[in-house]
Amino acid sequence: MTCGAGIIMFDDFFIHALFAGISLAIIVGPLGCLIIWRKMAFFGDTLAHAALLGIALAILIDISSLVGVPLVTLASCIALMIAKRTPSLSSDTILAILAHSTLALGLVLISLTGGRSLDVNGLLFGDILAVDTTDLLVIYAGGGAILAIIIWQWRRLIAATLSPEIAEAEGLSPQRAEWLFMMLIALVVSIAVKLVGVLLITALMIIPAAAARRLVSSPEMMAGLASLLGVIGVIAGLYGSAEFDIPSGPAIILAGGLLLLGLSFVPRRLTANANVRPHTHQDEVGHDAK
Amino acid sequence: MTREPNGLITLENAGVRRDSRWLVRGIDLRMRAGEIVTIIGPNRAGKSTTAQLVVGTLRASEGRVQRQTGLRVGYVPQKLHIDPALPMRVNRLLDLTAMVSVEAKRRALDAVGILHLGDAFVQDLSGGEFQRALLARAMVRQPNLLVLDEPVQGVDFASEVMLYNLIKQIRDTTGCGVLMISHDLHIVMADTDTVLCLNGHICCSGSPDSVVSNPEYLRLFGAHDTAGLAVYQHDHDPYPSSRWYGSACRRVNQHGLPA
Repeated sequence: MTCGAGIIMFDDFFIHALFAGISLAIIVGPLGCLIIWRKMAFFGDTLAHAALLGIALAILIDISSLVGVPLVTLASCIALMIAKRTPSLSSDTILAILAHSTLALGLVLISLTGGRSLDVNGLLFGDILAVDTTDLLVIYAGGGAILAIIIWQWRRLIAATLSPEIAEAEGLSPQRAEWLFMMLIALVVSIAVKLVGVLLITALMIIPAAAARRLVSSPEMMAGLASLLGVIGVIAGLYGSAEFDIPSGPAIILAGGLLLLGLSFVPRRLTANANVRPHTHQDEVGHDAK
Repeated sequence: MTREPNGLITLENAGVRRDSRWLVRGIDLRMRAGEIVTIIGPNRAGKSTTAQLVVGTLRASEGRVQRQTGLRVGYVPQKLHIDPALPMRVNRLLDLTAMVSVEAKRRALDAVGILHLGDAFVQDLSGGEFQRALLARAMVRQPNLLVLDEPVQGVDFASEVMLYNLIKQIRDTTGCGVLMISHDLHIVMADTDTVLCLNGHICCSGSPDSVVSNPEYLRLFGAHDTAGLAVYQHDHDPYPSSRWYGSACRRVNQHGLPA
């Protein structure tokens, strides 16, 4: 990366990183919103830990991590759904057990790989600048499919989030919505783990959504704005990482965090979320009397 | 089992058990199009459980539940909390489970008297306004069967009469079946076709007339005519008839009704 007179000369790896990050940000916008609405941030974390186990396993038995990671994250979803039927433990506890068991197992397996030593730093914080054309194709194809499913099933996902009872009664199975939601998160985490790493995936998903919340007035608007803010965060973060020579994954998350902080100072009346509740009849009468 | 051509839903000896306790048992219920069925009973009598059996959010542990194919349900649950993180205006709430035209939304909101609140956030509504929004949401999809779990909770008395009239009007114009759960004996009786008194099982059921002609039930239901409304309006005991639930139900049960 060469910087001169404020103009950054782009190398291939930077362009790849930019495209990969932007694509990922677009996909995780709506999913991050769903995570916030369903209060399942820890679930994202759990799957990220499971993704680490997936990478370790893929290296150990010598298969592509493109297969190994989704396999382990999806298996974790199934394990979670089964464990949730144990009413004596809260889902919070079950998630913590699952997250740290998979993390521990992953670390053990990594140590067993011995000679083929892994860049643990890259696993934890990602290496978006190492994205190659194959990765890009996976992100485009996988991400495109995920986004299409989200749009196709959006009404079901929202209905199940707002009221599983109403959704069930009116023919939109909330169980199917929950499975779908978990599978989508598992797949996105599998894609994202290489870019931003195990520790930062959840932040990548929920920070743009949280930043969007104050400004919007509908679930659809929030999902769209979350994608947009995510894209801005990726671009700002990547340029920042090039400019200041800091690690790119943390820089992207930090840019998103700063965006959130900045947007929290936008006055409420300037947002679509401004109080639109009309005056009551009495108010109108009082106003007319003036 | 005989299938009635216009039967919306049939429950046969249906029961729900949870952790070795029967929430409700021995429910026989047959709902037809255009019929208003009201379920009454004390707390923990299994009223909501029965409604959940009907809409399918609970499975029957025993007995049978049979729905008409293509049955379109509109459901107002007893409780609904909407997370503040979910931005949701009343207009958006109306097409929660199916696409609805703007005009249909306007008509539904107008019918329940909150046309001016279409752009309001659901989290900002008062209890009564929220109930109206939920009713509008359930009716806007033109259901064959409207299931209302205490639809007038948190609604003031005048609005309660207005909402009951509206429910009757929906039934009259669309011909849908209405299953309503109520704590109130007096107002419901006026428009309902069948009353089901629950206390873990069906204590008694029948048309209001047949029920009223029975001296025991007269004591249970009290005056159900307009004079009853006045009593309700001015009575400061929230459940003036509640002590009769128990005694009447117990008496009925001794006469060999389903246990």
